[in-house]
Amino acid sequence: MSTFDNPFDAKHELTAGCSCGAHASQAEHDHQERSKTLQEVAASEDRRFENVVAGAVMRAIFPQDVTRRAFLQSVGASTALAAISQFFPLATATEVFAQGAGAIEKKKLSVGFIPITCATPIIMAHPMGFYTKHGLDVDVIKTAGWAVIRDKTLNKEYDAAHMLSPMPIAISLGVGSNAIPYTAPAIENINGQAITLSVKHKDKRDPKSWKGFKFAVPFDYSMHNYLLRYYLAEHGLDPDKDVQIRAVPPPEMVANLRADNLDGFLGPDPMNQRAVFDGVGFIHMLSKELWEGHPCCVFAASREFITTAPNTYAALLKAIIDATAFASKAENRKQIAEAIAPANYINQPVTVLEQILTGTFADGLGTVQKVPNRVDFDPFPWESFAVWILTQMKRWGQIKGDVDYSGVAKQVFLATDTTRLMKEVGLAPPAATTKTFSIMGKTFDPSKPEDYLKSFAIKREA
Amino acid sequence: MLASLPARAAVVSVLFFLSFVAVWHLATSGTGAVQKMDPEYAKLMGQTATQGTSAMPGPLDVGAKLWEHARRPFYDNGPNDKGVGIQLGYSIARVLLGYSLAVLVAIPVGFLTGMSPLMSRALDPFIQVLKPISPLAWMPLALYTIKDSNLSAIFVIFICAVWPMLINTAFGVAAVRKEWINVARTLEVGTFRRAFTIILPAAAPTILTGMRISIGIAWLVIVAAEMLVGGTGIGYFVWNEWNNLSITNVIAAILFIGLIGMVLDLILARLARLVTFPE
Repeated sequence: MSTFDNPFDAKHELTAGCSCGAHASQAEHDHQERSKTLQEVAASEDRRFENVVAGAVMRAIFPQDVTRRAFLQSVGASTALAAISQFFPLATATEVFAQGAGAIEKKKLSVGFIPITCATPIIMAHPMGFYTKHGLDVDVIKTAGWAVIRDKTLNKEYDAAHMLSPMPIAISLGVGSNAIPYTAPAIENINGQAITLSVKHKDKRDPKSWKGFKFAVPFDYSMHNYLLRYYLAEHGLDPDKDVQIRAVPPPEMVANLRADNLDGFLGPDPMNQRAVFDGVGFIHMLSKELWEGHPCCVFAASREFITTAPNTYAALLKAIIDATAFASKAENRKQIAEAIAPANYINQPVTVLEQILTGTFADGLGTVQKVPNRVDFDPFPWESFAVWILTQMKRWGQIKGDVDYSGVAKQVFLATDTTRLMKEVGLAPPAATTKTFSIMGKTFDPSKPEDYLKSFAIKREA
Repeated sequence: MLASLPARAAVVSVLFFLSFVAVWHLATSGTGAVQKMDPEYAKLMGQTATQGTSAMPGPLDVGAKLWEHARRPFYDNGPNDKGVGIQLGYSIARVLLGYSLAVLVAIPVGFLTGMSPLMSRALDPFIQVLKPISPLAWMPLALYTIKDSNLSAIFVIFICAVWPMLINTAFGVAAVRKEWINVARTLEVGTFRRAFTIILPAAAPTILTGMRISIGIAWLVIVAAEMLVGGTGIGYFVWNEWNNLSITNVIAAILFIGLIGMVLDLILARLARLVTFPE
């Protein structure tokens, strides 16, 4: 089921998983729903709040989804809405609801980000006023690298920050830093990464010919690292023995590619598109071709922040979720590209950002590709994402021994909180917190992580 | 018929500069191979790819950029985009703070070690080990323990600026001519008076040399430290422009860094001249 849902859409279930049955896969269904339903649902703040309240009322009147759908189909959505408004003051309820619960403890916040398009919701919420709308005065601070953003957040110089989705898990587990309970209440972006190779490898498109290549990923604890390793291993290359993978900060990737110091990278945008723009690389493959709808970066905050300033946290998260919903609409993407391009934010040419966000891009091989969901935005932190990340951390020896997969996933990926807040900003979250997905055609079942891990031929011994 | 030496040196300097700029201009003005692309594709590509222009900016681009910065040095477009004047201001403030702390510690400690051969020998191994450590090696440790990036940057300045001053002060104090000390002793001058009226003026030129070395190091270090922690400062500016692969801005920043470094060094050189004495 889509994250952004309309309770007055007869085709939808309000309570459980994918319903329409018209799509081959969940991902496909999700995507279509996002582009379709979201546009009307998220159209205006007021209408969205109204939808939430109305959704709640509908659920109260028709506890059985089947009855509700039958009712809607027989009388039509507008009649139903009019009928309900008759005996329930929807307008008043919406108003009360929109004002929110408690007072915000701390209005002035600093949020750190790395200048890549993954951070789009965090960044755009500043120039486009999503923070102020939720009563916050937020400074978004550009940061030099993942280790620094981690340290500055742990130091409390930042109240919250943009991180790679495996980072809050690693911090919570104390891998690569002291163990501090950390959380990822919202995913920033899904898809939006790519494998970029140097132009001199234009004819080496088969990974089997990549032995001895030098690759870069942004950080050891990144989806980029795990996806690149996964891709190489599926093609029979051992990522630790047959190639070299190093952690290189994103801005250095293009410079190193130009200097012939790297053969390629699985990096975040804008670096992939920038390599094409500057004529030093070509896009071998988008990360969505590996795993459609994979998470990349998250919005992260310490558990301490959540417990000491719950209302601030809720307002901040609402602003992020709101911005994410706005960013998921294709027609807003050009406007966003312009808003985040200046030196104060991402500091890249608008042409580059537009190509990334609209998905109409030059691939470096002489063709213009059109992939509208090259990068997409969906805040829901599926716990199964965290479980998959943990399996890969274990697969490559970053963590050893027994892992409490679902326990860690629940603690870090706060799907329950997000569900509540998504409802509050007028979006309909999915009812489940886990789902299965497939990566390069191989299905991952979050309930059987150990079996999944065993199924790989190339891995480090635990 | 020959002009004075400084005038001739200036002429040669200008010639060097002009020939450097000319070579630079020639090296970057050529266009490389241009591939054929259809217009729709070309619109999505950068100049380097479409027109084959060099990725390295020429002197004219850099000159224009310098002028642009010089005209608007103090604009402020939010926390991540401030004028180069403001950024330099942040860097200078950090350097002066860290450097002053280093002066406050290094000169008294250096004085004591210089006056006592025992302390001098006892502290020597520590100083020798700590002196060659790169500022960037201190950075993670500082960030982790101090838990504040701005203070960490200042600490790194301090820790790197302290050693040359300490060593020079100790050396200068220890090397004061024995005759002067002995004269003071026969006149029964007290310890404090001896320190301030005889040793300090005698050691001042050496101490100032140490301070001059230190300010140079402090200015070297701040750029690296700011590139690492980000936020504000000229080092952050370089990093931010590098992020955008804007080599023009990076070169402009390099020139500004050089100019400020030169000014700082000149100030210390002036001070050193004030305390030198003829023997």
